[in-house]
Amino acid sequence: MDLDTRLQNVSVIGAAGKMGSGITLLLAQEMARLSLLPENRGRVFRLNAIDLDPAGLIGLREYLHAQATKTAEKTIVALRTLYADRPDLVENGDIIADYVRRVGDLVWPATDLGAARGSTLVFEAIVEKTGVKASVFRQLRDLCPEAYFLTNTSSIPIGEIDREAGLGGRVIGFHFYNPPPVQKLVEVIRAETTPDELSALAAELGRRLRKTLIPSADVAGFIGNGHFIRDGLHGLNEAQRLSRGRGWARGAWLVNRVSQDWLLRPMGIFQLIDYVGIDVFQMIQIVMDEHLDEHLRHEVIDRALELGVRGGQNPDGSQKPGFFRYEKGRPVAAYDLEARDYVPIDASWDEELGPLPEGFRPWKALTRAPDRDEALAAHFGALAGMDTLGAQLAKAYLARSREIGRQLVEQKVAASEDDVNRVLMLGFYHLYGPINDYCA
Amino acid sequence: MKTLRKPIYFVAGEYTVSLGTGRPEFHPKKPRPGLEHYIAEAGRAVLAHLPGPEAIDEGVIGNFMAARFNRQGHLGAFLSLVHEDLRYRPSIRVEGACASGGLAMATAVKSVLSEQADAVLTIGVEVQNTVKAVYGADILAGAGHYAGERKQGNAHFFPCRFSERAGAYMDRYGVERTWEAMGRWYEQAVLNARANPKAQEHTNALPDPFATHQQSKPNPRSFCDHLNVFDCSKVSDGGAALLVASEEGLARAGIAKDQAIQLVGLGHAVGDLTAPPEDLTVLDTTREAVRRALAMAGIDVREVGVFEIHDCFTITAILTCEALGLCGPGEGADYVAAGNTRRDGATPMNTGGGLIGYGHPTGASGVRMAVDIWRQLTGNAGDYQVEIPADRPYGLTISMGGNDKSVVSCVFRRA
Repeated sequence: MDLDTRLQNVSVIGAAGKMGSGITLLLAQEMARLSLLPENRGRVFRLNAIDLDPAGLIGLREYLHAQATKTAEKTIVALRTLYADRPDLVENGDIIADYVRRVGDLVWPATDLGAARGSTLVFEAIVEKTGVKASVFRQLRDLCPEAYFLTNTSSIPIGEIDREAGLGGRVIGFHFYNPPPVQKLVEVIRAETTPDELSALAAELGRRLRKTLIPSADVAGFIGNGHFIRDGLHGLNEAQRLSRGRGWARGAWLVNRVSQDWLLRPMGIFQLIDYVGIDVFQMIQIVMDEHLDEHLRHEVIDRALELGVRGGQNPDGSQKPGFFRYEKGRPVAAYDLEARDYVPIDASWDEELGPLPEGFRPWKALTRAPDRDEALAAHFGALAGMDTLGAQLAKAYLARSREIGRQLVEQKVAASEDDVNRVLMLGFYHLYGPINDYCA
Repeated sequence: MKTLRKPIYFVAGEYTVSLGTGRPEFHPKKPRPGLEHYIAEAGRAVLAHLPGPEAIDEGVIGNFMAARFNRQGHLGAFLSLVHEDLRYRPSIRVEGACASGGLAMATAVKSVLSEQADAVLTIGVEVQNTVKAVYGADILAGAGHYAGERKQGNAHFFPCRFSERAGAYMDRYGVERTWEAMGRWYEQAVLNARANPKAQEHTNALPDPFATHQQSKPNPRSFCDHLNVFDCSKVSDGGAALLVASEEGLARAGIAKDQAIQLVGLGHAVGDLTAPPEDLTVLDTTREAVRRALAMAGIDVREVGVFEIHDCFTITAILTCEALGLCGPGEGADYVAAGNTRRDGATPMNTGGGLIGYGHPTGASGVRMAVDIWRQLTGNAGDYQVEIPADRPYGLTISMGGNDKSVVSCVFRRA
């Protein structure tokens, strides 16, 4: 069965979630495109958007409408070509409205997993817990005997899902980054049992969705979280060390500042953990800790969750409080684990870090700078010669990040150093890969 | 050749800021003034030159597509927004796509010539930033033939119609010289706009606008084959107004004749809206309207000292130089590239920025052009004033609608 045929009956499990809704949008748009091709006239394209949360599914409809409108407006030149044989639809506005309706109409929301019955392509984007995933997949195995399964797991070995659910190799890891419509990266993970046909199908789908596919070995955490979790643990350890005499809030803030501005990353490590969700971070830790011969848990994460500090995002995309509390997307207060409350971030806290390297330009300014490589070399060149607290923390961070990257290649999780660097640059918007010569 | 049966004067011209991308006060997501504001602002600016509303006999409002941009018809009855005492005066709205402003002036002239009025407040207005550009393209496409060409047309309908003209011109006369001339026209528009505080590109700070244009290659996947965004006039909100008066009307307004300009030639021509251009490299309707205007004025184009032309796209300016007879077929590109149309060139054009530099609130543009000619010929153009040679005392406007389908051309001299 070819990809177009499989795309006639698709199910997304966890469709109302952050990742699931983005995946639903991408697939629905591709299916709408297919439905417009002359050779597909009369064929029905159906996407079952399945989620336990009815309110989330209503939100999904609104999201699909808004995003499909944006897509249609942006791609109107090509879209008019697709609509060339529709004399009744003349203006851009007519065509955009029809396309958006088409995307919406092919999505069938459902709260019952049974809606997936007969699907030939099934995407899973539910909670990152092996037991839950395995149980859902066991049901899907029988509901969808012909289906190929693509799981969005970011850490659980695909071979384990296959074994636990008895999928007979009909599964592959297809790990989007958040948000899926925007992020170019998809990590693709084959289990030993994954057939070539499914690998080829995943590659073809990635091309259709204009994604950059990077293969990862089937090792818990893969490349992206393999780096992120260990990088986060380094930040947690450093913050814990600094918090002695300063308190947790201040220690976390200092490490966040350094990992953002001294390292020229889009956000500091604790803001990133908040963005991902502290609970999600912990789930990934648990999976990796179970599978790997390495201690990958951290008491601060466990403690924060016990205290109800979770991070994550609101349905409108705004940031929920986590290690920090945010106003208009910027951290304004830091959580104090001892006081169990937020304390305002004080500008004077930064003073002990010392000045930023000379000529500092923030991450955003460098993202599109034509002289980016030179600017990075100058920044880290200046950093190498500094001995302030900020510089010490930054150099230690760079070294640890590099060590993690190399370890991923040595342990054959990534096929090359370049793959590691590309995952961090594409999936995490880093300006440079962790395996580099800066301050080496 | 018919001539005007009595002297007609244009005076007291004013226009508003052209609001849209480029203006620092423009924010697409914040509320903005509507039609009512621009009609009132432009009209009241004219009124400020007059003793009072009694100096105005009637009103004409030129507008293209308020019915779609603003869901508003019946613009004639907005006249009393200018002054409450204008209530019960005759007033109509006139439409002819982007030539609506030129047609509003032609209509005012006919009112005065018919002796039904001695002074007509002539306003042009358009408020286009109410919709995203992708939908604005649909609305503006109404200037073409909906049943005949919209379905086959590109998403960006008018840019691509003129892109076809650019492509044909490049094929026939050379890609590089055409592209260079298009870049030079853009550069000129920006430089002139910097001298005009009302212009949309007034604060354009590009270090080298020509280089920026040249580096931005056309992208057919997202826009057009032969034009980039810099080749296009702006999406704009704005209004322009002036008084069209007889000798009596001028006296009643208490305005000295030498503060007015006299209309000495008027040419109005329409092509066939349902027919494609016979030759993509020729603006034949423009050529005909200009020919009539010059014939009525009894002058040669070489006697014109300053021009306001309809540069909806850079390529249009190049083709217009040829339609004016300033140079031969295929010579328009070099004519522009050589700097002839700059403020310090032999035939200055669009000295306040034109449609690309000032902006293009479609229904207002024709009136705005006459205002700029009035300013130039009476020495009131401020930082963008050019010298008007004694042996070339005339100013000429070209207000074009659609793909060279409705054109109004006027020839003026200082009264």
